[in-house]
Amino acid sequence: MSNTHGMTPTNSAIFGGSLRIPGEKAAAKTVVRATWKPRQRWRAFSSKLFFFTSLMATVLAVAALIYLLQSVAEQGLDRVSWSFITSFPSRFPAKAGVKAALWGSAYLTALTAAIAVPIGVGAAVYLEEFAADSKLRRFIDINIANLAGVPSIVYGMLGLMLFVRICNFGRSLLAGAATMSLLILPIIIVASREALKTIPMGIRHAAFGLGATRWQTVRAHVLPSALPGILTGVILSLSRAVGETAPLLMIGALSYMAFVPETPMDAFTVLPIQIFNWTARPQDEFHVTAAAGIIVLLALLLTVNALAIFMRMRYQRKAQW
Amino acid sequence: MIVTIGIIAVLLSETIEFFRTVSIREFFGSATWAPMFEPRQFGIWPLVGGTFLITAGAGLIGIPGGLGVGLFLNEFAAPGVRAFIKPLLEILAGIPTVVYGYFALTVVTPTLQRMLPDTEVFNAASAAIVVGIMVLPMVASLCDDALRAVPRSVKEAGYALGATKCEVSLQVTVPAALSGIIASFILAISRAFGETMAVTLAAGSTPRLTLNPLQSIQTLTSYIVQVSTGDTPQGSIEYKSIFAVGMLLLVVTLLFNMLAYSLVKRFRSVYE
Repeated sequence: MSNTHGMTPTNSAIFGGSLRIPGEKAAAKTVVRATWKPRQRWRAFSSKLFFFTSLMATVLAVAALIYLLQSVAEQGLDRVSWSFITSFPSRFPAKAGVKAALWGSAYLTALTAAIAVPIGVGAAVYLEEFAADSKLRRFIDINIANLAGVPSIVYGMLGLMLFVRICNFGRSLLAGAATMSLLILPIIIVASREALKTIPMGIRHAAFGLGATRWQTVRAHVLPSALPGILTGVILSLSRAVGETAPLLMIGALSYMAFVPETPMDAFTVLPIQIFNWTARPQDEFHVTAAAGIIVLLALLLTVNALAIFMRMRYQRKAQW
Repeated sequence: MIVTIGIIAVLLSETIEFFRTVSIREFFGSATWAPMFEPRQFGIWPLVGGTFLITAGAGLIGIPGGLGVGLFLNEFAAPGVRAFIKPLLEILAGIPTVVYGYFALTVVTPTLQRMLPDTEVFNAASAAIVVGIMVLPMVASLCDDALRAVPRSVKEAGYALGATKCEVSLQVTVPAALSGIIASFILAISRAFGETMAVTLAAGSTPRLTLNPLQSIQTLTSYIVQVSTGDTPQGSIEYKSIFAVGMLLLVVTLLFNMLAYSLVKRFRSVYE
C-alpha cells in the first residue's frame, strides 16, 4: 500500500511499508541498539534497573503487609468466635476472651473523644480564625508540630506523673483517657486546621459583609463547611488512640481483668495491652489467642478507618468550590 | 503548649532527683547498665547502643524501601495502581505497633533462626526488621508528597533534553525534592528511636553493648516499659531512673524533629 494518491506522506511511504511486516519492528530496534555506544547502553539499562528497583520496593512492601495479615489470620482465625468476644481473660488459653479489653477500649475511646475533641477543635478554631499572626502563635505552631513527634511512651510518663500521681486519678480509666487525649491533641489540632484552611476566604468575607461578627461567621458558616474534614481527622486520631499501647502500659492498665469497668474511676484494660500480654507469654497457645485478639483489633480499626474514608468521599462530593 | 511545659517539667524534676543519687559522670561515663541488682550501675551506653542498633537496622530497611515506593508511585505507577497502593500503605501505617511486635516474635524470629541458627529468641534483628517495615509507609508517603510538589515543567524540561526516566528522576526530581525527602528520613529515624512495643516484645531486655544483631538487647524505651510494668515502688532509684531515660529520649527525638523541620524550611525550593 504505497502512497500514490494523497499529498500527505504516511509511515508506510517513509519507511517503504516495512513497519507493517510482523517482527520487522523488533528487528529494527535490535539494529538500532547494535549501533549504541556503551554510554547509551548504560543509560537504557539504568533506566530499566531503576524501574525494577522501585517496583521491587513496592512489591516487597505490599508483600510484607499481605504476609503479616495472612500469618495472623492463619494463626488466629479459628479462635475468633462469639464466645471469644464475650468471655473474660483466663489462665487457660482455650477459654480466654477479650470482653473486658473490648469494653475497656470502647469506654476509653469514648472518654478520650469527650476530652480531646472539644479542646482540639477549639484550639484549631482559635489558631486559624481568631489568633493574630504573632511571634507567640508561630511559636505555638512549631510546638504543636514537635509534640506530634514525641514518642508515645513519653506521654505515658507524663500521664503517670500528672494524672495518676498529682491529680490522684489512680490507675483508672479517666487517667488513661486524659493521657490519650494529650497524645492525640496535636493530631486533632493539625487535622482540624487543615480542614479550616480549605474553606475559601470568600465565605468569610460574604458573612462579614452582611454584618456578622467573627464568632457568628465561624459558627454558622466556617465550622459547618469544615465539619466533614474535621470529623475525618478526629476519627483517624481516635483510631490511633485505639491501637496505642505504650502510654497505657505506663499508666498501669491491668492485664488481667475479670469485670467490665463501670465508672471512669475503675481500673481497666484495652485490646492492645491484652494482646501484648498474650504475646509476651512463652506458651504457643497464648500466641494463638493473641492472634485472635489482633484480628478483633484490626477489624475494629478497619471499620473505623472505612468510616473516615466514607466521610471523606461524601465531603468531596458535596464540596462545590 | 502547656503539654510541652508539663512534659519537660515532670521529666526534669524527676531527672534532677535521679542525678542527685547517681552522678552525671556515671550516667554518661560507665558502660554497664545494671539498675536492678547490687552493685547498681547506671551507665546509659548499653541502652543507647541497643537503641542505635534498632534504629540503624530499621533505617536500613525503611529508608531505601520507602524512597523506592515513593519513586515508584511518582514516576511509574498508573493512576489505578496508585489508587490501589496508597490505601494499602495507609493500612500498613495504621497497624498498631503491638501487632508488629507479635509479627516479629512469631514470624520473623523463627525465620531468622532457620537461616542463622545462633539467633537468640529475643534479638535485635527481628525488631529492627519490623520497625523498618513500620516506618516504610511513612517515608513512602512523605517522599511521595515531596516528589509530587516538584512542578511538571521542571521534569519535562529534563525529558526535552533527551534524558531517560531514571536520569530525570535521580538528577532532577529528587534533588529538587531533597529537603522533603531528607526530612522524611529524619522523621523515620526519630520514630524508630522512640518505638516501644515492637522492640519490647522482640528485642528482649538484656542491656548489652553489642553490634551483633542476633543477640538480645535492651533499648531506652523497653527499659522504661520493663520498670513500669514490674512492681517498682514509687520513689525508688529505678523508678527515678526511667525519667532520666525518658528525658534523654525526649531530647534526642526533639532534636531530630527540629532538624527535620529546619531542613524543610531552609532548603525548600520555591517555584513560581
